This record gives sequence, structure tokens and C-alpha cells, in this order.
Amino acid sequence: MNAARKLACVVVLAVCAVSLAANWLAPAGYAKQFREAPSAPPSRQHLLGTDEVGRDRFARVLYGTRISLLLAPAAALVSTALAALIGGLAGYLGGIWLRLARGFTDLFLSLPWLFLLIAVRALLPLNTSPLVSVLITFLILGLLGWAASARVLSTSADALRNSDFVLQARASGLHGPRLFFVHVLPNLKPVLYAQFWISIPVFILAEANLGILGLGVAEPLPSWGSLLRELEGMISFREEWWRLAPLLLLIVVMTSFQTLLSNEEVTA
Amino acid sequence: MNYRRAFLRLLAGYALLFLILTSGSAFAQNGGELRFCLRSEPKTFDPLLVDDDSSLSIRYLTGGVLVRVNRHTQDLEPELAESWKVSQDGKQITFKLRRGISFSDGTQFFADDVAFTMQRLMDPALHSSTGDAFRSGSGAVSTKIIAPDQISVTFPAPLAGLDRLFDQVAIMSARSPKKEAAVLGPFMVAEYKAGSSVLLRRNPNYWKKDSHGRRLPYLDSIRLDIQPNRDVEMLRFKRGELDLINVIDSDYFDRLAATSPQLAHDAGPSLDSDFMWFNQVASAPIPEYKRAWFRSTNFRRAISQAINRDDLSRVVFNGHAQPAVGPVSPANKFWFNSRLKAEPYRPDAARQRLQADGFHLQNGALFDKEGNPVEFSIVTNAGNKPRERMAVMVQEDLGKLGIKVNVVTLDFPSLIERISQKFNYEAAMLGFRNVDLDPNGQMNIWLSSAEDHAWNPQQKSPETAWEAEIDRLMRAQASTADPKKRKESFDRVQEIVAEQAPFIYLVNQNALSAVSSAVEGANPGILSPQTFWNAERLTLNASARASR
Repeated sequence: MNAARKLACVVVLAVCAVSLAANWLAPAGYAKQFREAPSAPPSRQHLLGTDEVGRDRFARVLYGTRISLLLAPAAALVSTALAALIGGLAGYLGGIWLRLARGFTDLFLSLPWLFLLIAVRALLPLNTSPLVSVLITFLILGLLGWAASARVLSTSADALRNSDFVLQARASGLHGPRLFFVHVLPNLKPVLYAQFWISIPVFILAEANLGILGLGVAEPLPSWGSLLRELEGMISFREEWWRLAPLLLLIVVMTSFQTLLSNEEVTA
Repeated sequence: MNYRRAFLRLLAGYALLFLILTSGSAFAQNGGELRFCLRSEPKTFDPLLVDDDSSLSIRYLTGGVLVRVNRHTQDLEPELAESWKVSQDGKQITFKLRRGISFSDGTQFFADDVAFTMQRLMDPALHSSTGDAFRSGSGAVSTKIIAPDQISVTFPAPLAGLDRLFDQVAIMSARSPKKEAAVLGPFMVAEYKAGSSVLLRRNPNYWKKDSHGRRLPYLDSIRLDIQPNRDVEMLRFKRGELDLINVIDSDYFDRLAATSPQLAHDAGPSLDSDFMWFNQVASAPIPEYKRAWFRSTNFRRAISQAINRDDLSRVVFNGHAQPAVGPVSPANKFWFNSRLKAEPYRPDAARQRLQADGFHLQNGALFDKEGNPVEFSIVTNAGNKPRERMAVMVQEDLGKLGIKVNVVTLDFPSLIERISQKFNYEAAMLGFRNVDLDPNGQMNIWLSSAEDHAWNPQQKSPETAWEAEIDRLMRAQASTADPKKRKESFDRVQEIVAEQAPFIYLVNQNALSAVSSAVEGANPGILSPQTFWNAERLTLNASARASR
């Protein structure tokens, strides 16, 4: 692991650790409204100032980071598992299964995913608590985000199916699930890891996109999406530089993920 | 002697120069192009089909009307009609027209143009929303030309506030081959580039003159750039590329006021209001116990009392809003019921009301008499930041009573589908953009049979006594031409709404606008169009514009 990747790893771990310690580090709850001081600049009481309704911005960044950083990997896990199931199995089975799976994947990829997300989000029950809404949002992201990974996995599994060692295993009488789990799946692991790591920043950004549209995590729970949305209409960066904190954090974390990811892709 | 004569000539010359230099107000500077933005593409240039803000702005600037509501005094003033008279039964109006007026293409203006306009406006095939306001009952609208400068229009049933409705009717020419392009207003459409701009040039035949006999308007032209992005609009205004912004948000307003206070104008409370309401529809897919809460006056009043409207005005709108009193803003000088006051923030009174209905606190959470936890969702439209902030503040205010509120933002089509078709919601927060001073414009909201009776629409017969009373009062005010009787009826409607709180009114936003120092004569008001309602008398100061 080179220095850049080590640094990226340290940054991601540090951000995760700090966000997990939000309960102790934040001076106030993320929902507490200091109505006498809305849109306040940084002070000793509010390190990053307050938002438009007087909520401590530092607390919201910490809690928002926790939500986005914990749930994006969870969504990535769901989507990678689905991709492995659909793409991996189809590639392994080949023939009509592979053609069917690819057709279905292509159909899914051709759907305008943002509109699909908005439509699915609108169909959800209204009376869900903010915590449930955040789980649902990321679950939807996971359930809808498997197609690209499935395509890659089906191609890899198809290549493995026709590889010499699988043919040899088949010739020696190995079939069905045992052949899949003993010979195919272990060789798909690098691709699965790569797809998992690639999906995390994609889901973080997808949630941010939904948040910018006002359709992400429900108030008063913060997320990177809702925090980034506060930058809308910001004209002067010099006068309110502290409001850029969530954006800087997103850039740092995404860059770190990409740096880590390059290693995984090489391995894959 | 020669010296003396030369001295006197020099003195006279200086005096003349002094007069010219100091008489700016008397001889307003002609010419120049005023520039501002439309926030969407105008859907039509046909004045009778106008149904959107951009087309409305163009109609205001180009259309000639018989009477005009003065946007500053709110009084009705003569325009193309010298005088008018409404019959006692409220069914007929007779106009005496000005003579010697021409359309922009030179065609003469007579009473038959008014008859043509009214016949076209009331043609059911045209589907004119302006015409809908004149539909008072079954039967045709008839016009009678009494003389070339006199016409009467008769309606099948009485129309309350009949004369004011003509503020929206731009007269079209019956004879001009240019059809709607021939106008009687101060400007005419000269160029339209789809998606880019609309250029209006001064109407050379405009009939109005200033007190010095000079033909209005002073401006040569108005360029309306089509720009939906408000950030870009504000940046262009700051750069001096635009001369005015008709309506701006409180955030932008404060930023502008911080750097250029002379350009930011706060005209006080507007007619617009933000409010929330509970779903009381009998067939709505919500639990029966929640419907029982929402149908309880005590519950609704308690929610109203637990909301801190002063905080909403101060925090969300930076003080550029007032706690709302009811369906009529205090800005509506005639129709506002001045006996009413905004519901004060009284959480203790709210708790008492809830206790009276059997609600009780348990470990900080509120439960109803059957033991159900009090929790409901408020839906509002995604993307409207002030409204989302208000919802979050209401969430916290009600949390202090032990009520759990879930704020749900939805894209607008989904929201409308839920609140008007499927009724699959519990509470909603929206705004009402009121452009009509007259309560007749709100008939579609207050009648229990109406589609827009948001909390429980399209009732076959009024489900509550107070809704029946509102129906009766609204019909009573609509069926008489006597302003005093109408006011009494509508005052009572406002009182019932305050007592029953079917809508929980939150704030009336202030009318905020931005006007460049280069624009002279602007007097921003609360009625639309806020900044250019007197466009014909606006002038541009070239030196002030150059210095921006």
C-alpha cells in the first residue's frame, strides 16, 4: 500500500471515527433549534455557525456524516449482493439465462434512475420516522442500484465458466452449486469487492442528489445531501466560508474512496 | 447700454439653463430601455387566454382596460371608460367610453370593440380563465351598444364586485387585421425570441398624457429576459444588467439590503399567505382515530395555538413576514376584518384544549383518550425552502406538546395527487398566492361543494354547521352589489374560520422587490405587478445606470 492509499485509509477511518463519536463531540443535538441565533457565523458555542433555523451546523455535519457513511456501504452491500445473485448466477449458468439477465439488466440501466427514485420515494408511506425514512432511502438506492454491477459480474462469471480450470473441474465431475461456490465465486471476489467499493461513493452522491431535490433523508435528520442543499443560492463564498464544510468533507471522503478504490480495481 | 443688454441676455440664458437643469421632475426624461426578467416562457400573447405569471405581466404592460385597480391605493380608477355604472340588481354595467382613442395600429376604439371582447371572452369554446370570473349563472352574457362611446353588458345573474373584474379584461380590436397584436396599453409586443426574451416597444398611439401634455409612456422599450434561475437574476441585477426584480425572497433581499439598501424595497405584508390544514375527508385512507382528531375543533385550535408564528416570521423570513390572521391579509384594505388578530403563541392554552378532548401526556409523548400516540405527517412541496423551514419549526413547536410530526417533502405532482385526488395524507402545508382583492375569487375555496375546499372537498351537503354557515354567507355576499352587506358577510366568514381553524394560517410574507437606482418614479407596492404597475410613468436615469 503506497503512501497516498495509506493516507486515504487514515482519512476515511478518521472521518468514520469522528462521526461515530458525534454524541460526545457535538455541543447540541442535530435537531435543537437556537431560534435566537439563526444563520449565525462560527463562534465558541457553534463551531460552524448555525443553519437557517438555528441548528448547530457542526453537530449536523457530524451526524450527517455518520448517516451517509454508514448507510451508503449498507446500500452498496445490498446492491452488490443482488448483482452477484443476478449477474453472477446468470454468467455461471450461461445460455438463455445469461441472455435473459443481460436483457433485464439493460432494461434496468435504461430507466431514468433519478425519476425512478423520485417515483418510488413518493409511493412510500408518509408516516415513517426520520430514522426509518433514511433506512428506506438507502434501501431503495441499494435495490435500484444493482444493474451496472450485475453487468460486470455476469461478464466475469461468463468468462470463468469457459475458463480451463472450470472445464477441468467439470470434467472431474463437479457440478451445480458446489462448482459455483468452490471454483466460481472465490474467483469473482475481487470483482465483487471492486463493485462494492465503487458503489459506496455512487450511493453517497445519489443520496446527495435526492437531498438537493428535497427528497432525501427526512427532517430533522441530517445527511450530506440535506447539508449540501443548504449551499443552494449561496453567492459569496468569502463571507460564509464555513458553510462549505460539508462540501469539503464530501470531496475529501470521495477522493479518499477513489484513492483506495484504484488499488481494489488493480487487484480486480 | 450694450453691456447692460448683454448682461441681461446672459442672465436670461443662465435662467433658462437653470430651469432646464432643475426641471427633471416636470419634464421627465424620455427614452431608454427598461430590463427585467420573466421567470417562465409566456404561454400566450392572447390577452383573453392569460393564465400564467409571465403572460399576465405582458398583458398588464400591453393591454388597455376599461377600469384599473390602482395598485397603490387599491381604488378603482377610470381608464378607457370615463365613467361606469352598475345596476342595482348587480346584473348590468354601463360604460361611458373615452373618445378619440386608437389602437397601436391606428384602428379607432369604439364600443363595438368592447362588445367584441366580451363576446369572445364569454365564448365557452375559448376556455378563458379570465372569462370564468364573469360566469354568474346559466344563460348568455349580452352586450348592447347604446352609442359609439357607450355600452352596457348584462349578465344572467348578479355579480358581486362586477366593476373590479374589468381590471383583468384587455380590450381587443373588432376590426384590426392584427388581432391581439393591436393593443391599447402603453407598450406593444415588438419581438419574441422563444426561450430568450420578449421586447415591448412603446405604443405611439397610447392615449394617456402626463400633466404637461406629454404622451406616455416615457420609456422607449422594455426588454423581458426569460430567466427561471433566481440566482442568475440576482447576479444580473447586481451587475446592473437588470433594472428591477418584481418579487424576491427574503434571503436575497437581506443580502441586497446589506450592500445596497436603497435598491431593496419592502412594501409590507402582501396578499399571499402560507398555511397548513388537516385532512378531514370521510373517505380518506387514514385511521379513524386520526380523522376524529382532525375533525375536532379543539385539536385544530390547539395546534394553531402551539405554533410560534412570530418565530416563523423572524427566523424563516428574516422578519419580512407577519403572523397571518386569516384568509384575508391585512394588506387587503377593504376586506380584512380588523377585529381579528393573529393567533398568539400559547402552548399552555393548547394543552388545556387537548386535555378537554381527552388527550394526555405520558413519558413526554401525547396520547389520545383511546391510548393512541399522537403522531402525524405534514406533506409539503420539495424545493420550497421557506416552507420546508416552517415545517421543521412547526415540528419542533408541536414536539413540545408531545406530538410527533413527520415532515415529508414530495415533488409537486405527487403532492397534488395526494391532496386533491387520493386524499392520502394527514396534514399539508402550502401557500396561497392571492391576486384578487375581492372574496369572490375565493368562492372555490370556501364553498363546501367546491373542489378546492382543501380539508374536505366536494361535499354533497355541508357536513358541519359552520361549513353550512360559511356556504350561506359566501353566497349572500356574492348575490348582492351592496359593498357594506358584502363586507358584513365576509367579515363573519373570517370569524368562523378563526374559530374553527380549518386552515391554520401561519404567515403573510412581505412584498419584497429590488429596483435599480436608475429607475425613477417606481413605487413598489403589494399588488401584482409590484414594481412596474406604473410602467407608463417610469423613467430611466442614464447617468445612474452608467454608474452602477
